[in-house]
Amino acid sequence: MTDLEPATRDAVAELLLTLADDEFVLGFWDSEWTGIAPMLEEDVATSSIAQDEIGHARAWFELLAELTDDDPDRIAFGRAPEAYRHAALMNHPRTDWAFTVARRFLYETADAVRLEALAGSSHAGIAGLATKMRREETYHLLHWNAWMRRLAEGGPDTRTRLKDALARLWSDAESVFSPLAGEPALLAGGILPESLADLRGRWIERVDAELGSLGLARPTSEAGPPSDGRTARTDDFRWLWGEFTSVARSEAGATW
Amino acid sequence: MVIPHPAAADPDAAIWAALAEVPDPEIPTISVVDLGVIGSVELAEDRSALRVELMPTFIGCPATEVMRQAIGERLAALGIAERVEVELTFAEPWTSDRITAAGREQLRASGFAPPPHLRELTALGELPTLTVVPCPYCGSRQTTLENAFGPTLCRAIYHCAGCRQPFEAFKPI
Repeated sequence: MTDLEPATRDAVAELLLTLADDEFVLGFWDSEWTGIAPMLEEDVATSSIAQDEIGHARAWFELLAELTDDDPDRIAFGRAPEAYRHAALMNHPRTDWAFTVARRFLYETADAVRLEALAGSSHAGIAGLATKMRREETYHLLHWNAWMRRLAEGGPDTRTRLKDALARLWSDAESVFSPLAGEPALLAGGILPESLADLRGRWIERVDAELGSLGLARPTSEAGPPSDGRTARTDDFRWLWGEFTSVARSEAGATW
Repeated sequence: MVIPHPAAADPDAAIWAALAEVPDPEIPTISVVDLGVIGSVELAEDRSALRVELMPTFIGCPATEVMRQAIGERLAALGIAERVEVELTFAEPWTSDRITAAGREQLRASGFAPPPHLRELTALGELPTLTVVPCPYCGSRQTTLENAFGPTLCRAIYHCAGCRQPFEAFKPI
């Protein structure tokens, strides 16, 4: 796909970077539960899911590197914190288990909607990866939906923690669908088969259905996805960036 | 007297036989052929290049690169083409239905329950929950899913009420 028009190529590069960074940063946050998840079985599950996400990020980074003639490791580890394009949802630390479950639920539901659309992309590389990822992400979504029910029905403490986490995360979760500069070009070429606004609408329907089945109300937001949803960075993310780039920064250009 | 290279007469058979000798790095009792991860195999007319497509089981599987190298080395040793290229492809997704009947037996014999066939399922959303996975040790169907996530990305953990053993199953995907 190197024969794309420059404007379209830039738009595809921007899209790929958002897809990769969402999975990459969330994968690193969740890997922090390895060894300290609420129970052994969950330790295995969370770690496995985090590994899946890092693998998905790697595949998106490789596709991006092919497009821009870059090195996937450089893209993953060689950028300043301000150059990452993950949704603001991924700016928060892991916090407590209810917070992680709430974030996972909001993200997996959004990711499912996004991957369904991208499976029909006119870009063969994107469509192929999205089709494959959907099968893996199905397991993730089932897992986090089960945890949502468990916490919602687990008593006043877990239910309150879950509600508080959803309220705190909602506006940042919207950022998964924050506008991209290249969206018109992506839509025109069928690379993104549906607008981010349409995808957001479907995401909200699914969130409502799931929360409704648990007797929970969706936090309200009049504003919609913030325009700086993929550029605003926090000190929490800068700390994580310091962690996940520490090996790469210790010896620039080293290979292993 | 010239003794023809054994691979010269029927290159396709030689290539597939060589591939069948490459084990899965994580479950070495099954070969990459029986695992169904080999896509197209193309030998150029002039034998300048042999191109093999590798279909990863899971996108993040850390064994993929090991598999790719092992396939490349084994095929290079055949001496059938000047250059061997093993390329990852996601053009068509690998699914657990690609594991051969022989591969399923090999998995069972080494204590891994083979994945249920996806065509028996009605929707992707029902993947891990509704299927009966017989115990690879005693054959009992009285088994329960303990964890859809196991020690590697492609495995789930079950418990058998028949022989009271935990066991691992290859995930249907």
